[in-house]
Amino acid sequence: MTRFCSTLLHSRAGLAGFVLLAVFVAGAALAPWLHLPDPTAIGLRTRLSPPDWIGFHPLGTDPLGRDVLSRLAFGGRTTLAVALTAVVLGAVLGTAIGIIAGFLGGGIDRVLMRVVDIQLAFPLMMLALLVVAVLGPSIGNVIVVLAVTSWNRYARIIRAQVLSLREREFVLSARAIGASSPWIMVHHILPNVATPALVVATLELARIIVMIAALSFLGLGVQPPDPDWGQMLAEGRLYISSAWWVVTFPGLAIVLTVLGVNLFGDWLRDYLDPKTRSNR
Amino acid sequence: MGRFLARRTGESLFTIWGVVTTVFFITRVLGDPATLFVPVGATDAQIAALNHSFGLDLPLWRQYLHYLAHVVRGDFGRSFVFGRPAIDVVMERLPATALLAATAMALGCVLGCTSGAIAAMRKGSLGELVIMTVALLGQATPVFWLGLMLILWFAVDLHWLPAGGYGRPANLVLPAVTLAVFVAAAIARLTRSSILDILREDHVRTARAKGLYPATVFFWHIARNALVPVTTMVGLLGGELLGGSVVTETVFGWPGMGRLTVQAIESLDFPVIQAAVFVAATLVVLINLAVDLLYQALDPRIRAQ
Repeated sequence: MTRFCSTLLHSRAGLAGFVLLAVFVAGAALAPWLHLPDPTAIGLRTRLSPPDWIGFHPLGTDPLGRDVLSRLAFGGRTTLAVALTAVVLGAVLGTAIGIIAGFLGGGIDRVLMRVVDIQLAFPLMMLALLVVAVLGPSIGNVIVVLAVTSWNRYARIIRAQVLSLREREFVLSARAIGASSPWIMVHHILPNVATPALVVATLELARIIVMIAALSFLGLGVQPPDPDWGQMLAEGRLYISSAWWVVTFPGLAIVLTVLGVNLFGDWLRDYLDPKTRSNR
Repeated sequence: MGRFLARRTGESLFTIWGVVTTVFFITRVLGDPATLFVPVGATDAQIAALNHSFGLDLPLWRQYLHYLAHVVRGDFGRSFVFGRPAIDVVMERLPATALLAATAMALGCVLGCTSGAIAAMRKGSLGELVIMTVALLGQATPVFWLGLMLILWFAVDLHWLPAGGYGRPANLVLPAVTLAVFVAAAIARLTRSSILDILREDHVRTARAKGLYPATVFFWHIARNALVPVTTMVGLLGGELLGGSVVTETVFGWPGMGRLTVQAIESLDFPVIQAAVFVAATLVVLINLAVDLLYQALDPRIRAQ
């Protein structure tokens, strides 16, 4: 932990990413205790008030007079919670499939890798749109769709790792003393692929945050009145010529969060795997 | 070469079959086709007739064969909204999407390769820092928000370019730039890191040591090798670009397949959604096939395998 902190403090990009991420995660997590105005309280008299840095609405209000800052904080709660759940679900699914395909090999491996190929050809946005359209838009469906579009990235990378781990001495000796395949996969292979899985997960988090925003922007993600960054953009879109703040701030929130995840993720990859440190 | 082409074509067909099967599974098993495929406000007799014409009164495996037989003929049923074959409705929108995606891809490749190469060849300079910062920001920016911001600056504030529409070259600028930024950012980062890897290789040192012009070394020994991973990326971005065009077309009112798909979802026009997913997946498969063939031209080592 001390090494983690001191390495992080010495990397400007990694630290910047960590701070950005920490600010948005803290803002979202602590939103109910920050004494913000109610994000769903409609005030027709204050609709579309411009940002007033020292006033009651520091980032202005939206077309229904709701406070933009408060909606950003509460929207971040939805967006980040959905994103994290989807990432964890995708990571567990993808890691399990990657380990099974790589360790058992043979027919199972071939079938699973063909499925990965098929999914690579599927424009993910189209797949997500199709599933949400069939099942109806809801947070649960969005999480499942995003996890399903995500597992193949883990599966491919982890399978490749497992192929080389499978022949290592500690696995062979475990087998020699009579350990079963499931036992070896859980106790010997899994701990060794946790690091690459974590690296893929940070990259996926960035992609999934953008996907959630895009789905909500198209009206297929988080449903009103729950605030969400993509949905705020969609609502503000019609007022773009008169109220710049309504579309600018939710977008900035997405950009900065994703930038934070990417910077921190790049640093984390170098920290966990010094081999890739070369020139990134 | 002939065998390779045959094998890759076979794989591509298998992949398209997989996509078609997935679509069948999602619409018929996850969803309730009896309601999905019936337009709103249909009478019981119409519903029964439609169910019969879609084969929904058959067991699932017969439904699947029935569906495959229709897909092979390009028959996805009639659009509920347009009353014409769904595949025709989608194909009419294809040129607009192709124009947008191709312009964005070309623009993104030129911009990405150039700036990535500059960043690698001038490592440690201010130029590198600026290029890489912009690339990082470009990768973090959602396509639809960038589109909105470009509309805000160039259409609302400056009145330089139209905020939407279709038909004139000026209409193409903002949507194409929006999509190109994301392509350029990904390609710039990859080009830079792959050139930096190649710079350390022996053949580059030899080429320099024997006194070749720097331009010759760059184009014959560095750029050609660096293009191999970049080509893979272009293939992968093809799919992302189609996905990105869904939101870009919505933001700019561009009459392409993406906007059609979103409209079809809003009006629950399932034949059109299915046809659009099919056409989009086929495009991605074709792009990847083309990329594989391009590899062979770029890298003789792959040809030998």
